[in-house]
Amino acid sequence: MNDIETIINLAYVVAAALFILGLKLLSHPDSAKRGNFISAVGMLIAVVVTLLDQQIITYQWIVLGVVIGGAFGAWKAKSVEMTAMPEMVSLFNGFGGAASLLLGWATLSGMSMVALQTATAFTYITLFFTILVGGVTFSGSVVAWGKLSGKMSSKAVIFTGLRELSVLHLIAMVVVGYFFATDPQNTLWLYCAIALALSFGLWATISIGGADMPVVIALLNSYSGVAATAAGLATGNTILIVTGLLVGASGLILTNIMCKAMNRSLMNVLLSGFSKPVEAGEKIEGEIKILSAQDAFYVLEAAQSVLVVPGYGMAVAQAQHAVREMQSLLEENGCTVDYAIHAVAGRMPGHMNVLLAEADVPYDQLYEMDDVNPRMENYDVVIVIGANDVVNPAAKEMKGSPIYGMPVIEAYRAKTVFVLKRSANAGFAGVDNPLFFKDNTRMVLGDAKETINSIVREFGDD
Amino acid sequence: MEIIYLLFIVLLAGFLGFELIRKVPATLHTPLMSGSNAISGITLVGALAASGGDNNVLTTVLGTAAVALASINVVGGYLVTDRMLSMFKKKDKK
Repeated sequence: MNDIETIINLAYVVAAALFILGLKLLSHPDSAKRGNFISAVGMLIAVVVTLLDQQIITYQWIVLGVVIGGAFGAWKAKSVEMTAMPEMVSLFNGFGGAASLLLGWATLSGMSMVALQTATAFTYITLFFTILVGGVTFSGSVVAWGKLSGKMSSKAVIFTGLRELSVLHLIAMVVVGYFFATDPQNTLWLYCAIALALSFGLWATISIGGADMPVVIALLNSYSGVAATAAGLATGNTILIVTGLLVGASGLILTNIMCKAMNRSLMNVLLSGFSKPVEAGEKIEGEIKILSAQDAFYVLEAAQSVLVVPGYGMAVAQAQHAVREMQSLLEENGCTVDYAIHAVAGRMPGHMNVLLAEADVPYDQLYEMDDVNPRMENYDVVIVIGANDVVNPAAKEMKGSPIYGMPVIEAYRAKTVFVLKRSANAGFAGVDNPLFFKDNTRMVLGDAKETINSIVREFGDD
Repeated sequence: MEIIYLLFIVLLAGFLGFELIRKVPATLHTPLMSGSNAISGITLVGALAASGGDNNVLTTVLGTAAVALASINVVGGYLVTDRMLSMFKKKDKK
């Protein structure tokens, strides 16, 4: 190790420390912004110090890449709608995977004949792994992005032979991996590896339905980190290993939280496309009671405590600002307003929290499911906005239901439940909801934003 | 020995990651993911040598593409995370 290398590696230690500190500060909303800044400083240090590397002799290509990528990234970050965050994170997961794949490829194509012959099996195995994980992340994320942004149908695409195709893929990966490591000069194996990775990511994601997307995004987030770690192992770059693993761990923890919130194993989510759909259980009997927005207002005016349960429908209707306005009016009226956020509400972890934060709802009024369920009886009114499965009592009551066993926000235990919905149909997951038929439930049909706006207007007329 | 040393780093960084992220509250999970996007752009560091080194054309092209993609994540990820985190506010204590 010469002097410059020592300096670079010391700077990497500093950068890693800053990343860790940045993540630590992310554990509270008050310090999170500072944490993000500190993490960015770590990144700047790592990049700048790497440019001192003696291997780097020309800068024009680097500048070109950074300018193009940086400009696109900055534009995307400034212009993205908060409702579209899941798509953006998916897309970025994909870019991360693609960057690792290309880095793996570049590392291989940059090796001299001598280097190719002297490199250890460890190098080739990690390179192969980089290309594989990077490729799966990329194509999987593109599919997830397509489904989330509505460019593709969000339905699970299932066809006969899907299971066989996947098994075939896995076998082919092992075979190609063996030849890749033993015969690295032959670029055929490299191309096979890239093709296999891309097509595996495609099939694995296309067979997963839209409601399971939060799990998929979190998992792909994890993969993008693992791909960076693999690239770090292949090139002996410690900062890539450490940082990639932080991301990998983060994605894995979120994946686990999402799975628990749906009472399903990761395997069940990933392989759901391979199993037969569950037969509809018992028929729900009962009557739906419909309430007008005006009558809803009279109830709310008298309420002492209100709980709002938002779901993806709130994001679709862009109703969060109207909800915030209603909250202020209710609070002026002497009513307390809380929000209950289920872990899988929305299309990605924490999506609802960001939307409500955008509408100026203070984060300390947002509660998790386990915080509100024990005191559900105390709420005069629960307003369910664009959520369905996360408040579905079938998860507790109906053994035959596909969501049986999933922990839900027990809205039906409150004194009154308002369900704001476009129509009385089943939700995204296509599961019937007995909540709609409960004695204390009133359906307020129509566009959620319109409904809330008319309630807000009623307050104004008062 | 080199491999063992790298595996030690993998082990320790993995555990550290789990301990750190477990403490992030649910309300910050979306910024955590976009922040992870930014951090995973660390691939940029690896791609710099491929892009600016004394390499053949293919390696330079691949390296430069990797630099561009990783830069999207770094710049876009940090900016959008900052934008989101600026929105999180506490209730005014009157």
